[in-house]
Amino acid sequence: MPLKTSFNFDTVIVGGGLVGAAIACGIASTGSRVAVLDGGDRDFRASRGNFGLIWVQGKGADFPAYARLSGIAARQWAEFSDELCDATGIDVGLQQTGGYDFCLTPEEWEAREWEMRQVAAHTEGEFEYQMLDQRELSKRIPEVSSDLLGASYSSQDGHVNPLYLLRALHQRMHHLAVDYRPAQAVQSSRRQDGEFIVATRDADFHAERVVFCAGLSNQRLCRDLDMHIPVQPLRGQLLITDRVPRFLPAATLQVRQTAEGSLQIGDSHEDVGLDESATLEVITRLARRAVRIFPHLAQVRLNRAWGALRVMTPDGVPIYHRSVEHPGAFAVSCHSGVTLAAFHARQLASWICSDVDDPLMNHFSAARFDV
Amino acid sequence: MFRLLDTAVAQIVIELDGVEVSVPAGVSVAAALLYLDQVPLRHSVVNAAPRAPFCMMGICFECLVEVDGVANQRACQVQVQAGMCVRLQLSPGAGASD
Amino acid sequence: MKAAYQLVVIGAGPAGMAVAQTAARHGIEVAVIDEQADAGGQIYRNVDASPLADIDLLGRDYVFGRQLVQEFKHAAVEYFANAAVWYLDANGEIGIIVDGVHRRISAQRIVIACGAQERPMPFPGWDKAGVMTAGAGQILMKSAGMVPGEAPILAGSGPLLLLLAWQYLRAGVKIRALVDTTQSASRWTAMRHFPKAIAASDYLFKGLQLVTAIRRARVPWLREASNLRAEGDERLRALNFDCRGKPQRIETSLLLLHQGVIPSVQIAAAAGCEASWNDVQQCWQPVVDHWGQSSADNIFVAGDAAGIGGARAAWLGGQLAGLQIAHQLGELEQAQRDRLALPVRNARARHLAIRPFLDSWYRVADSCLVPRDETLACRCEEVSVGEIRALAAMGCSGPNQAKAFTRCGMGPCQGRFCGATMEQIFASETALNPQQIGRFNSRPPLKPVTLGQLACSD
Repeated sequence: MPLKTSFNFDTVIVGGGLVGAAIACGIASTGSRVAVLDGGDRDFRASRGNFGLIWVQGKGADFPAYARLSGIAARQWAEFSDELCDATGIDVGLQQTGGYDFCLTPEEWEAREWEMRQVAAHTEGEFEYQMLDQRELSKRIPEVSSDLLGASYSSQDGHVNPLYLLRALHQRMHHLAVDYRPAQAVQSSRRQDGEFIVATRDADFHAERVVFCAGLSNQRLCRDLDMHIPVQPLRGQLLITDRVPRFLPAATLQVRQTAEGSLQIGDSHEDVGLDESATLEVITRLARRAVRIFPHLAQVRLNRAWGALRVMTPDGVPIYHRSVEHPGAFAVSCHSGVTLAAFHARQLASWICSDVDDPLMNHFSAARFDV
Repeated sequence: MFRLLDTAVAQIVIELDGVEVSVPAGVSVAAALLYLDQVPLRHSVVNAAPRAPFCMMGICFECLVEVDGVANQRACQVQVQAGMCVRLQLSPGAGASD
Repeated sequence: MKAAYQLVVIGAGPAGMAVAQTAARHGIEVAVIDEQADAGGQIYRNVDASPLADIDLLGRDYVFGRQLVQEFKHAAVEYFANAAVWYLDANGEIGIIVDGVHRRISAQRIVIACGAQERPMPFPGWDKAGVMTAGAGQILMKSAGMVPGEAPILAGSGPLLLLLAWQYLRAGVKIRALVDTTQSASRWTAMRHFPKAIAASDYLFKGLQLVTAIRRARVPWLREASNLRAEGDERLRALNFDCRGKPQRIETSLLLLHQGVIPSVQIAAAAGCEASWNDVQQCWQPVVDHWGQSSADNIFVAGDAAGIGGARAAWLGGQLAGLQIAHQLGELEQAQRDRLALPVRNARARHLAIRPFLDSWYRVADSCLVPRDETLACRCEEVSVGEIRALAAMGCSGPNQAKAFTRCGMGPCQGRFCGATMEQIFASETALNPQQIGRFNSRPPLKPVTLGQLACSD
């Protein structure tokens, strides 16, 4: 049996999507020698299905720590975007002028109002919101349909181009001398003689610290190191249109206008296992809803439609897990790689690098699922 | 840029950017614009580069024009009709690119 | 239009017409969907309603298509012209825009017979106004009876380029120059396949006729051309290139390009059909069995869409798919199917005999596949080859990640003119072939559709 090539690093990060890349940048900027092992060009990549929202409203209505975390993360975004642009020259298109979530039925309105009140309570009023009826809404967005009920609005929300964000993080990794390896899917990991050995088909990667950010593969991969990380796929389909003259002053959960002018339409949820395809059914449903909200979009051409799999934990709240049995092993799983990007690159990376016990972070341990 | 092999072909009148022009009947709008030597036909959306029909079979999306009020129609996929209103998607004051 | 059919055929070129007629003959209920106003595909475009006073101008092969189209129109099939398929999935669900209205239909069997496109031939300035494809020149002749007003340059490589030159000469069009990028090295490799090509001697003879006519007309034929660069501001002014190493410059306002044809794989790819990389033809083709069945049980691919073989092979291949589908749907017994298929297979093999020779002789030059940094890789979003190359060199995982990072392939053509270029750039930077790197993804809509059209679907 031929000897496999071995590499040595301080930290190995499994997964090079929005989560892995942000954490890699954070850890590498402390001087740690980091390797990122990424999947292939055609693998499931939740980062390519991200809508690009920096979204605080509604998060953590029944999980106070998450409500606080989202606010903390969102408030750092402007500074983070400037830093990234200075370091890489890439403008991720940040617009943080608030966000709207449309209500199409009275039930939606009631449920939304309850959520907003909860989040405000959990954050001791730090989170601010408004419930806007059709009249108020149409003052801010004139193109909104005259028979739309209204929307919730929060000023801290915003959006970026998620693909440019990933590109910028990869560029930053490159500058920080992170050893980025595509097409190196991890097969197994183990702890041996006080270090971790992460094995791919081509090589063994030795490190003092390993962080699993491998999306849907986290559950399988983390088992090797006795971490129970429950994640399930939840499909979201997205539509992108041709460029349209600018009319949206802010992000909305259902439709957002990119920096180039095209419209991104989303917010669908399907439990279909590992199936990424876009379907006729949902494409037409998303188009119908977009035209219902903004009638003037009827003539706009669909450019492309695709699906992607969100990485969902059982309660929809991130897992930030520090292994007790194997100190130095971590698992990170979430579906909000954009909202939390700044936090991942800063506080989360620090927490991973330190031994400090952080009460906020303890809420997000995977131990909360061990009943 | 292109000429008719048979000049005795019937002609119809369409409106191009508000001006009445005579074009061969039964051809695509793209063919009619090439017949009129309307080159360039469009300016690209990113850098306002001058563009004209490329593939003539509906897959390159270079020949986009506004037809009867609807923008971004592939001119090679639309047949000319008498009285049709065609407007070009040229950027005002777009510079030449080389 | 009904909500469901036993068989839906996408494309009314020679392959699509053959599938439909064959299946209908055995009692299968067939709908044929085609984007154009009349049947015939690109190869036989307008053959039954030509604007030309004399269609013999275009040659015997073209005229042959007329009887095919006329037969098709008498077949017991439902034929929908001006209808574009924008969605197809492996469950047999089809989204179509007919006369501006969105319709959903389903089928037990689907045949993708959407033909081929010209291989993109990117070089600095290929996006200038006045640069078109040789196919565009043919379409203008066939569908509009139009030819170049001034002498064009024809540039590239392949039989279609020579055919266009021949047709133009017959129409009295002067050709400024034939700038030929065919590599002489290919000719020696091609000779290995010459014995087999003798079986298709009529193709060889036709080729010789084209070459002779072009020589006789004293068209300047500049061989082993490379390093093409188009020059001009508002429109094309000249073509610069190297001919056997020597720099050349020829003025013209019209340049017609050709670098071979490749299967249009978008529909099959979007439906999840497997594809394999054809290294000689440097293109993707759907994986199909000897009847044309793809990796999906209910989807077949026929004609040039399954692999470049030409119009006659497409016509015959369509018949095979039609027979197999009739058999699978219970209207044709296996023994009878095989009896009917045998002469069709033999005839098809004869027409395909020329291919190894042609594919080798006209194998696209490497320099044409991976152009210079300043070339536009993506015409729609104006992304340069250099930008893609830099990403590949930095370790970006492949064309789909490069698309995400640069917008290359996100424009309206959805990668038809840049997906191949991106794959080639990654191949040359990583010394892997496109099969190993991974294919550029294909997404719906396969043809333009508006939100309003989708919103009003039945």
